[in-house]
Amino acid sequence: MIKIENVSKTFTLHNQSSAVIRVMEGASLAVDPGECVALIGNSGAGKSTLMRMIYGNYLAASGSIMVGDLDVAQAEPRQIIALRRRTLGYVSQFLRVVPRVPTIDVVAEPLLSVGVDRGTAMARAQDLLTRLNIPQTLWTLSPTTFSGGEQQRVNIARGFAHIYPAMLLDEPTASLDAMNRETVLSLIEEAKSRGAAIIGIFHDKPARDRVADREVDVSAFTPKGQA
Amino acid sequence: MTDTPLLRIRNLAKFYGGRIGCTDVSFDLYPGEVMGIVGESGSGKSTLLNAMAGHIEPDGGEVLFNTRTDGLRDTRQMSEPERRMLARTDWAFVHQHARDGLRMSVSAGGNVGERLMAVGARRYDTVRAQAIDWLGRVEITEDRIDDRPTAFSGGMQQRLQIARNLVTGPRLVFMDEPTGGLDVSVQARLLDLLRGLVREMGLSAIIVTHDLAVVRLLADRLMVMKSGHVVESGLTDQVLDDPQHSYTQLLVSSVLQV
Repeated sequence: MIKIENVSKTFTLHNQSSAVIRVMEGASLAVDPGECVALIGNSGAGKSTLMRMIYGNYLAASGSIMVGDLDVAQAEPRQIIALRRRTLGYVSQFLRVVPRVPTIDVVAEPLLSVGVDRGTAMARAQDLLTRLNIPQTLWTLSPTTFSGGEQQRVNIARGFAHIYPAMLLDEPTASLDAMNRETVLSLIEEAKSRGAAIIGIFHDKPARDRVADREVDVSAFTPKGQA
Repeated sequence: MTDTPLLRIRNLAKFYGGRIGCTDVSFDLYPGEVMGIVGESGSGKSTLLNAMAGHIEPDGGEVLFNTRTDGLRDTRQMSEPERRMLARTDWAFVHQHARDGLRMSVSAGGNVGERLMAVGARRYDTVRAQAIDWLGRVEITEDRIDDRPTAFSGGMQQRLQIARNLVTGPRLVFMDEPTGGLDVSVQARLLDLLRGLVREMGLSAIIVTHDLAVVRLLADRLMVMKSGHVVESGLTDQVLDDPQHSYTQLLVSSVLQV
């Protein structure tokens, strides 16, 4: 479902005398449907960078990034927009929303944007918010004023609302208590069992051991001759 | 995914004497897409918007629009009546200053109804009912329908301008700094409203702004302008998070963190 071949990444800092920083070379990895691959490596090794390249958020300098039958490294913006809408989900570490939009609508939005009818979308959003222990009294409020843990759970509910065939999870269990962590892990297991290909970053080792089928150490993709 | 763009711009250029307004601008906009145009003051973004919308005469290039009846047509080759019809039906233009887009001496309901009547609506009761419906959608209560925009706050005027523009069900909306000059809570409300309308009506929109936070929330795609040229374009979050051009890097790193 996801197949990455020989991907490299550089950052050019034009405003610092055009310094070119090579951050990744020869990155390759493949994930089958129903499989979960955990990216490991020290902080700064490039786990999030690789994930952002798969999502089309960072431009790859070379190589190919196939998600389904689309090469994200070559695709036009509108192809990536369509891919993100239907095929590729991403749960980031931060919730970014339009202020003033109620939590329930934030969670239902990915479903509405693929044309699910409002009743079904709302029912699914309510179900997810209930499972993630967001009190019903908060559903009609904007999540911008929620605590960090609550925002993270709203973000997860939103990320799991639509059933994506491929998912990227950036620290989905960080800042969650034991009960909510358990819920998130079962959401991931459910996604796997219905065939989603998942790439995740989990600093929480027990969580990683439970949901991940394989580990890929991204420090192997650090350019040679550099620390 | 449809393959015919709604709007196709090719080599659009506008010069002010020897100075460049904008030049070498080409892109395709597809149905349902929202594109942001950012750049500092004087970078040519408003010139470009006005040249596309036909408010100023470009000096070169093509503005092709996918018309309902004849497919892609160069709007610069259309007759004046055809262009006016397009501006009243499939196109809409939201000005930065609401007073440029509204009739200040006509009631709120009249402002919305006028655009309907311009496309042939004649029955007073249906026009008024539609005006009330649209005022409701932009959160203006029915009891204000007979008030003039002069009696409205800045945020209400801007919402009224949006209602006036969208009542005829346009397919393409040009917006020039739609949230400029509004305080942040009103701005948030307007952003929420615009996003909902874009999704429900399947609109395409081109939004000129200097506010990077606004484009991040509203636009799928982004074009960065400097000195009349497009220096970078792509997915909004990609351009903002991994900017390639030196000017974009400067622009992104200049934003104050809240």
